[in-house]
Amino acid sequence: MALHNLQTPLDEDTMRSLTVGDQVTIDGHIFGIRDKTQIEIFDHGKEPPVSFEGYPVLHTAPSLRKVSDVWEKVIIGTTTSTRMDRFTPELIEKYGVRAIIGKAGLYEGSLAAMQKFGACYFAIVGGAAGLETMQIDEVEKVYWPHLHPEAIYQLRVSAFGPLIVAMDAHGQSLYEAVRQRASGKLPEIYRRHGITK
Amino acid sequence: MSATLDYGLIEQVARDLYIRALKELPSDVLGALRRAHEKESNPTARTILQTILRSIETSQENGLIICQDTGLPVYVITVGDRFPLDGYRLRQALTEGAKRATLEHPFRGSSAHPLTRENPQTSVGYGLPVIHWDFVPEADYLDILMVPKGSGSENMSSMQMFTPADGVAALKKFVIDKVVHSGGNPCPPGIIGVGIGGTFDSVGVLAKKAICRPLGTRNSDPAFAEMEEELEEAINSSGIGPMGLGGDTTTLGVHIEWSYTHITQNPVAVNTQCWAARRARARIWLDGRVEHGI
Repeated sequence: MALHNLQTPLDEDTMRSLTVGDQVTIDGHIFGIRDKTQIEIFDHGKEPPVSFEGYPVLHTAPSLRKVSDVWEKVIIGTTTSTRMDRFTPELIEKYGVRAIIGKAGLYEGSLAAMQKFGACYFAIVGGAAGLETMQIDEVEKVYWPHLHPEAIYQLRVSAFGPLIVAMDAHGQSLYEAVRQRASGKLPEIYRRHGITK
Repeated sequence: MSATLDYGLIEQVARDLYIRALKELPSDVLGALRRAHEKESNPTARTILQTILRSIETSQENGLIICQDTGLPVYVITVGDRFPLDGYRLRQALTEGAKRATLEHPFRGSSAHPLTRENPQTSVGYGLPVIHWDFVPEADYLDILMVPKGSGSENMSSMQMFTPADGVAALKKFVIDKVVHSGGNPCPPGIIGVGIGGTFDSVGVLAKKAICRPLGTRNSDPAFAEMEEELEEAINSSGIGPMGLGGDTTTLGVHIEWSYTHITQNPVAVNTQCWAARRARARIWLDGRVEHGI
C-alpha cells in the first residue's frame, strides 16, 4: 500500500503505476457528473461543452445555492457508481477520463477499459460529505446548468481524499477480490450457524 | 384535561428534528464507529473509518449536514393513552414540518414522483412523509422519532415470504446473503434491521423499527437477542468491511423486531441502514414542554 498525491491533469503512466489498495489524494480539478449528465452525452448524443481529457470525474451529489452568478456549496457528496457502469467504458475511451471517483465500484466492462486505456477507479468514503465539501475549494463552473443537480461541475480541489485505488489499470478490482473472499467464507459461516441448505 | 394541543408546536418540533437528525449523529452510533476504528485490523478499513470520524467532526465544526443524501423523512410516533390527539392534524403538522426543514435550512429535497420523477424539492409529496404509529399505556406524552432515510442503503433492502418448512435457518441465510451481496452499496458499516413475522406489509415496518433502535440494545426476547448476536458474528466474519473494500467491520449491529405470524408463513425483511445512522427524538408533554434527545 502506497500513498500518492496526484496533480491534475493525470497521464497514462501515472495511472498505470497505481495498484489496488494504494491511497491517493488529488490536487487540481475534477469534474462532477452523474446519471442524467451521462444519459445526455451517451443516449442523447450531446457533446459535453468541456474536455474531460486527463481529468478525474466524480459521481457527484451536489447541493448548491446560486447567489447571483456564483454557485455556493451547501453540501457536496458522492453517489453510488454501479448505476452508471454502462457509460464508463466510453467515457474512458472516447473522452480520455483517467479516473472515476465514486462509491461501491463498477463492473467488468469498465475494468477492461481501465486496463486498455490506463485509468483507475478511486473509492471515496461514501457519506463523508462534510469532509468532501471542505476539500472542494470552489465550484468554478457549471456546464449544462439546466440539468442541475445533474449538470457538469468543474471543481477545484485540494488534498481531495483519502481515496482508495479500488480498481486499477492491471485488471484488478478490490471489490471483486473482497466479494470472492466473502463467498469463499460463506460455507463455513453457514455451517457454524446451522444453515444446511 | 381540557388543555388543547398546539399543533404549531408539533410542526416546529418536526422541522427541528429533521435538521438536527441531519447534523448530529446519535452518540451510540458515534461510539460504535469509534470502537470499530479502534479494533479494525485491515489498513484500508482503518483509513475509511478514520475518514468517517474526521468527516463527522468536520461537519460539526462547519455546521454542515453529515451526508448530502437528506433522505426521505420517516416519523415514528408513540402516543401515550392519556395524550389526546387528532391524528389527521398530527399528520399535517409532520408534513409541514418536514417541508419547512427542507425549504428553510435549505437542503436538497429528494422526494420524486415514481412515474414522472418530478421532484417538488420539499422532501414530501403524496403519501410522504412516512409515518409509523405505536401506542403506550399510562403515559401523557407524544414521542416523535425522526429518521431521514438515505437511498444508498434503502435500495439494498429486501423481503421474502418463507414457509414454516424452510425453518429458522432460511431466515438467517437470507439476511447474511443479502448483506454480503450488497457489498459496498449501502455504505457499510451500518445497522442491519431485520423484521421477522407478521404479514407482507408489517414485516417491512418491523425492519424499519429495528434500524431505529439505539446500538448496544438487544431484543428483550432472549431467542431473538441470541439471533442478533449470531447474525452480527456471521456478517462481520464475511470480511466485506467498510465501503465493501474489506475489513473486520461490516455491520455495527443487527437488530431484530418481530411479531406473531400465520401458521403457514414466515416473512423476513432486511432494512439496511448506512454508517450515518441518523435519527433524532423528542417528547412532547401535554402542558407544552418539549424534551429533546431522549
